[in-house]
Amino acid sequence: MKFTAPHIEYDLLSPILIVLAVAVLGVLVEAAVPRARRYVVQVSLSLVGIVAALVAALLVMSRINPTSDKPKSGYLAAVDALALDGPTLFCWVLILVLALLGVLLFAERRLEGGVTAFAGQASALPGTEAERQASAMGLEHTEVFPLMMFAVSGMLMFPAANDLLTLFVALEVLSLPLYLLCGLARRRRLLSQEAALKYFMLGAFSSGFFVYGNALVYGYAGSMQFDNIAFAVSSGSGSEALLLGGMGMLAVGLLFKVGAAPFLAWTPDVYQGAPTPVTAFMAAATKVAAFGALLRLFYVAFGGARWDWQPMFWIIAIATMVVGSVLALSQTDVKRLLAYSSVAHAGFLLTGFLGARSLTDIAPGDLNPVQAVLFYVTTYGLTTMAAFAIVSVVRDGAGEVTQLSRWAGLGKESPLVAGSFAFLLLGMAGIPLTSGFTGKWAVFASAASAGAWPVVIVAVLMSAIAAYFYVKIIVVMFFSDPIGDGPSVTVPSVMTSSVIAVGVAATFVLGVVPGPLLDLLGRTAQFIR
Amino acid sequence: MVNLEALHELPPAVGSAPTDGAFSLLWLVIALPALGAAVLLLGGKRTDKWGHLLATAAVIGSFVISLILFFSLTGRDSGDRQVTQHLWNWFTTGSYSVNFDLLYDQLSAVFLLLITGVGSLIHVYSIGYMEHDVRRRRFFGYLNLFVAAMLVLILAADYVGVFLGWEGVGLASYLLIGFWQHKPSAAAAAKKAFVINRVGDIGLSLGTALIFITFGSTSFAVVSAGSHEASSGALTGIGLLLLLAACGKSAQFPLQSWLLDAMEGPTPVSALIHAATMVTAGVYLIVRSNFIFSLTEDARTAVIIIGCITLLMGAVIGCAKDDIKKALAGSTMSQIGYMVLAAGLGPAGYAFAIFHLLTHGFFKANMFLGAGSVMHGMNDDVNMRNYGALRKAMPITFATFGIGYLAILGVPPFAGFWSKDKIIETAFADNFLVGLCALVGAGVTAFYMTRLMLLTYFGEKRWEKDVHPHESPKVMTYPLIALAVLSAFGGLFTLNSWISDWLAPVVGEHGEHELGIPAIVMSLIILVVVALGVAVAVQLVGKREVPKVAPEKVSVFTRAARADLYGDAFNDEVIVKPGVAGIRGLAVFDRSVVDGGVEGLATALSAISGRFRLLQNGFVRSYALALLAGATIVIFALLAVNFG
Repeated sequence: MKFTAPHIEYDLLSPILIVLAVAVLGVLVEAAVPRARRYVVQVSLSLVGIVAALVAALLVMSRINPTSDKPKSGYLAAVDALALDGPTLFCWVLILVLALLGVLLFAERRLEGGVTAFAGQASALPGTEAERQASAMGLEHTEVFPLMMFAVSGMLMFPAANDLLTLFVALEVLSLPLYLLCGLARRRRLLSQEAALKYFMLGAFSSGFFVYGNALVYGYAGSMQFDNIAFAVSSGSGSEALLLGGMGMLAVGLLFKVGAAPFLAWTPDVYQGAPTPVTAFMAAATKVAAFGALLRLFYVAFGGARWDWQPMFWIIAIATMVVGSVLALSQTDVKRLLAYSSVAHAGFLLTGFLGARSLTDIAPGDLNPVQAVLFYVTTYGLTTMAAFAIVSVVRDGAGEVTQLSRWAGLGKESPLVAGSFAFLLLGMAGIPLTSGFTGKWAVFASAASAGAWPVVIVAVLMSAIAAYFYVKIIVVMFFSDPIGDGPSVTVPSVMTSSVIAVGVAATFVLGVVPGPLLDLLGRTAQFIR
Repeated sequence: MVNLEALHELPPAVGSAPTDGAFSLLWLVIALPALGAAVLLLGGKRTDKWGHLLATAAVIGSFVISLILFFSLTGRDSGDRQVTQHLWNWFTTGSYSVNFDLLYDQLSAVFLLLITGVGSLIHVYSIGYMEHDVRRRRFFGYLNLFVAAMLVLILAADYVGVFLGWEGVGLASYLLIGFWQHKPSAAAAAKKAFVINRVGDIGLSLGTALIFITFGSTSFAVVSAGSHEASSGALTGIGLLLLLAACGKSAQFPLQSWLLDAMEGPTPVSALIHAATMVTAGVYLIVRSNFIFSLTEDARTAVIIIGCITLLMGAVIGCAKDDIKKALAGSTMSQIGYMVLAAGLGPAGYAFAIFHLLTHGFFKANMFLGAGSVMHGMNDDVNMRNYGALRKAMPITFATFGIGYLAILGVPPFAGFWSKDKIIETAFADNFLVGLCALVGAGVTAFYMTRLMLLTYFGEKRWEKDVHPHESPKVMTYPLIALAVLSAFGGLFTLNSWISDWLAPVVGEHGEHELGIPAIVMSLIILVVVALGVAVAVQLVGKREVPKVAPEKVSVFTRAARADLYGDAFNDEVIVKPGVAGIRGLAVFDRSVVDGGVEGLATALSAISGRFRLLQNGFVRSYALALLAGATIVIFALLAVNFG
């Protein structure tokens, strides 16, 4: 047997490779650089790495001429394991931008009085002498930066994966560092560790389904490659039961990641327990990567079996929106409320995902579903990031204040912060002149033109319910009298402030002039096989 | 007896020669006052010292450019006088695209001169009139805003652009009527003007929408080129909607009631906005849309009827008012009624409508400013019963006002004679009854204007105790003199029927109308009727003593006229009261049904939510079980759906 070395397109894959290299370097930094200097080195390394990867991604993107009328469709790289087409490259850029904002949040030190939001010594048991010593010495875990870089590399691979195995590997690469990061909160460590453990166990459980789905589909198609699977589906050979079972289990694995019903149980606990910077990054970037992967898997590999999976997704989309919106109503904790809101958003994204139809059915000028979903996830990601960043600055002596009732009177305490948060909430509610409105319009239009009317009707009703609880927060902030001392806003460093500013600006700009981005997506949102 | 030949001829299409040379300055005409308004309104107190000078300079600058443009236009061939300046694409949605284009043709050229010219004079006059007002800068800012909006209205080459200007002048009018907002009456008048204008604005926006539906575009060029292919129903609908718009802005029946109250604004505002320019926007709209109205006789008939009703109503109201500005306002209504009537006569009348609009702009601005000058001397008293014998105290005001008086009466050779005569003649050629209305209106006009003159300038002194009338400063009298000259010689525009020929490429040619009798006989008849009106006024007002307090025991007609012919009472009974009742009902409905439903739903959902959140019990084993159950359901559902 002769072994041929695979041909690797280093130039095309440079964004992933740069991020991975930075991650590995970060591990070496932990070993070689003195503790006092690690923070500076790690932060600058991560920032430089992400910016470099962003530049590289933009260079790769420019090779498919996204601004021309007929862009190139893309490239298959690494022996067809990765597909670098319009959607992938867009996800890359978006994930890297979110990662850049994430690094800024991770690196914030002013809020905790000179240390990051991460545990001083994760191995010290909560409430012990060792923990007290660690915090007295001002220790902090700078490993969070390489961990995040590993997660980012997985996220970059996830939407690009063009076969089931790569998809699985990417899933694990992005998940494992996140499990760890969730458990590293400096305050309320038990809650944080519990969240990490839950996330890990449930994530492992769902990965089991995913791998089993892999196996079943392989049994059906005789290949892991998406285009071979698509060919098998269209030729109708093989056992239908294998295909359906495999599809269902793969869906379970992916829907778990996006937090869709009925696989959302982990979301509120984890979002609440994880350190807020991690929640922000995870909520935004994971959603992007997972929806990129979901779109590719079901549109490219299982596109021919659309009539088999669509009814199931109809029901899941409806259930997700209903559960997210209705359960958010009775939440009393801001982070949990945002978690349920992100569940509802996953439902709206799935609504857009239901716009799937054959290319010939899409009239010129119509929104195509990939375009709609990617636009929505962009608006959602940037808005959510900024919203969690604001959560991290509302504090009292014991750390972040997340009970909703204690946000009463924030509008008087800090009109700027409360005003920004109110604007972001209006964005999430989908009020016109914010990006949320355009995003919702895009996904609803996409689903409606594919005939998913019932889902769209539910989606509109649920948007109304969602608006109710978003506005409720605004009412609390501006029209309620503070209880006791009331909340206070700690002025963050320029890092957190710039994240908030970017999020608010994006929410506004994408609401007022969505045209350029929608056009770009319209031209490039085509998958290759 | 509508000219049949004119009907067979298609209305002229709006041309679009590109701008070059001097015409590329066109945008500057709007930009100067717009910039002035921006500097004054945004600049705050820093501009208090020189703001009024800047505003006046901006309008005079626009006037100078308008003159240059006008003479450049006369230098062109008559077929080449419709110039379009493309500024930018305003918005595009699907196949519908609105460009921000300016159209400079014979019609807009005339308007440009009127607005910037009279506007300049009134700005100069206001420097004196508003000298002691603490908010003078703001006043000039609003005036500039008005001029800019009015110029947008008449220069826009698209109905959407017209709408922008239309709303802009509405806003400026609102701000200026209510300028003395500390007076409740002024605030109420501003609100009334705004609300009633809104009704008209609905006409314009619906009309624009119907134009878009019918023609797929709202630009004058496209609509005028395609109007003869549109169905007559659509044209009539558009015509009636545009007429509604015109009624609102030009205070025509049944939307006339705001104009009298609008006199609460400072007098220069009444002169500029509520006499010379803005209120004539409705006439402009009808004449500009000649390519619609020429093809729909039904809509034109409606225009004529509205014009007739208003010209008589305004004249009658003018007879009974003791407030000098309200008497003039009634007269404005009536004169605009003449213009609307002329515009309704179709191609035969368009040019005369515009002509009367011009001359009226001169003599009515003249008289309003004269009234302002009188008020200035009489401690801002507007009641004519406290005037009397002012001709000696204010000789210049009296002389200029007198010229305006002769002009509005239609005494040859003053401006009004040429324009009003033409309208009455054309009206008689069209329909005897319409002509009769116009003729009677002329007689009543003579009556109320003579009454006004007698009460103000002649007779005994009836001044209040501490009033010492004096002539106004030069900054106020010079504009009066300029306007008086224009009132006297404005009729020259019609020499060799210049105005008709000039406007013909825009509004269409028309043959000579056939009048049963020679034109000179017609003129004589009109003069006799006017003289009769003067004589009655002298008999009833001039020869008797004028009581200081308006007599209570008067005929039912006088009482009706004093109450603005019950316009407000009508509105109150027919619109306001049922409206209030309906709104009360809706409020109850909203509170009980809508709010009740929403709150009930919210309570129910919260209860459900509270129940279901218990499922989120925090045990990872339950979560895993839920996950497993979910996965099972998903997979079995897939299998069941496909094998079931």
